[in-house]
Amino acid sequence: MTARPLPAPDARLTWLDRLRARPRARTALAAALPVGWVTLFLFLPYLLLLIHSFWRLDEHQTIVHQWTLASYRRLFTTDVYPATILFSARIALSVTLLSLVLAFPLAYLLAFKVRRYKNLMYMAVIIPLWVSYLVRAYAWKIILGQEGILNGLLAQLGLIHEPLEFLLYSKWAVIIALTHIYTPFTLMPIYAVLEAIPPSLKEASQDLYAGRFQTFLHVILPLSLPGVLAGSTFAFVLSMGDFIAPQLLGGNDSGLMVSNLVVSLFGVAYNWPLGAAVSVVMLALVVTLLTVANRLEERFNYRGKRGRAAKTDALAAVVTESRA
Amino acid sequence: MTPSGRRDWLSRGLWLVGIAVFVFIYAPLLVVVLYSFHKSRIIAWPLQLGTLSWYGVLWHDRGMVAAVVASLKLALLAVVIALGVGVPGAFLLDRYDFPGKALFQRLVLLPLILPGIITGVSLLTFFTFIGLPLSAGFPLVPGWPVVLGHGTALVSVVVTQVFARLQRLDRYQEEASMDLYADAWRTFWHVTLPNIRTALLGAALLVFTLSLDEIAVTFFLIGRQNTLPLQIWGLLRRGITPEVNAISTIIFVVSVGVIVVWARLMHDPQGAKA
Repeated sequence: MTARPLPAPDARLTWLDRLRARPRARTALAAALPVGWVTLFLFLPYLLLLIHSFWRLDEHQTIVHQWTLASYRRLFTTDVYPATILFSARIALSVTLLSLVLAFPLAYLLAFKVRRYKNLMYMAVIIPLWVSYLVRAYAWKIILGQEGILNGLLAQLGLIHEPLEFLLYSKWAVIIALTHIYTPFTLMPIYAVLEAIPPSLKEASQDLYAGRFQTFLHVILPLSLPGVLAGSTFAFVLSMGDFIAPQLLGGNDSGLMVSNLVVSLFGVAYNWPLGAAVSVVMLALVVTLLTVANRLEERFNYRGKRGRAAKTDALAAVVTESRA
Repeated sequence: MTPSGRRDWLSRGLWLVGIAVFVFIYAPLLVVVLYSFHKSRIIAWPLQLGTLSWYGVLWHDRGMVAAVVASLKLALLAVVIALGVGVPGAFLLDRYDFPGKALFQRLVLLPLILPGIITGVSLLTFFTFIGLPLSAGFPLVPGWPVVLGHGTALVSVVVTQVFARLQRLDRYQEEASMDLYADAWRTFWHVTLPNIRTALLGAALLVFTLSLDEIAVTFFLIGRQNTLPLQIWGLLRRGITPEVNAISTIIFVVSVGVIVVWARLMHDPQGAKA
């Protein structure tokens, strides 16, 4: 046997190479930076927020590291806090429903009716998401203001004699602006799901003499539910956490949003433990909602793995293009 | 009524609704752009078109210029951090199994899914707790806390974008490269990297625009130097003038430009395959 011996372990191998040769060490090496970073700058901060909610302020307004449920007790026994959370949830619900009503027909149109320039039109709907959030909120100040465009136009048409004052600086302004901001957002996952419906399903339904409404009700609508759920969850969560639009457009109603409460507790009111407790309750609501929505999406998604892949893609897209 | 007649009626209604929604989405933006050419200081109906003076005001507004510079710096640093952490993060999720992987994935995505305000106050308590002042690093950077905050929150964007690309990647190319005795680095450099290049560029552009526009996290972490959105926010609270419309119009035009570039990158078949 004259087979050449295997090359001897290279003397030039560095300790790093030797480390990399062991699978577990390799994984640890690959994980070190991302996991370390995320733990330090995300996990610890979220944890610290939770911890703050169990601390308290002393009489000199400094934070004492002493475990107590005082903030939560105050949160649930003072009427204004639960009322604020409920009010925000109601505003967020209105925004979600309005966004759905606006987004669904447009998504349907884009997915099934538009033939030419389809991608271009879809992009056109999505583009506003990328345009400064502040610009979009501010636009409504120009439109709804006392001397704004809407009042001006209505007066010119002779429909009103006095400017309508309830338009701006009210919850209506907040709802309209948030609906405007989050409609493209709601549309994205709905469009993604509708797009993925194979035309053969529609044809099959029509071959079985189902009418258009029946096809819509029994084929299109059930299949679109995961997208509808994803879209509405995001609209709800984001509008509930919004504090810019309420401050800009809400007037006296603005203090009634939970996120504005958090802003003031971490700012002028300076009560971080209470602010943290309010944030934690908000966080709990949001996480519960997301979990329920996820479960439901999985239930409605009958296509198994492929369908789920489509869903996560849509979510990734939504999630990526969302932040404002 | 014939079936086709009914169909037309339905279709027409649908188109009408669709167009109305389109108008609802775009009309406010158009209003902002038009009023940047408004002649009067007071923004009111009717619109009086025909001046560029608000763009001049903008140019001479030192606070605004400083805010733009700060925002650009912040966005660049956010891109560096988000890529630096997000790309290894995407590889980790794509190629390794380890205990706590699901938790890591969820944690990375949280800043995208949660309202920004929660991430903002969390980071505020964190930086206060470790004793890093919000204006640390000024004037070199707008403040380390806000830089770290933007970078970390946007890691999620890089991870989703790069992970999606890696999942579609043809692993045989890498194996072929290794079979040809290329080491791990050369394989990465000559095979993997060219394959994910456009995803990296796209993610960088996304992070850049999102950072420029970010308010919720910035609001809590900003030190002495305002970013562009916060500067505009300040102007809005002092009463509105068309100057805000001028800067908004510029932001609008720049954002649309960036999106067009991004869309080209994402749909570039050369990039996806080459």
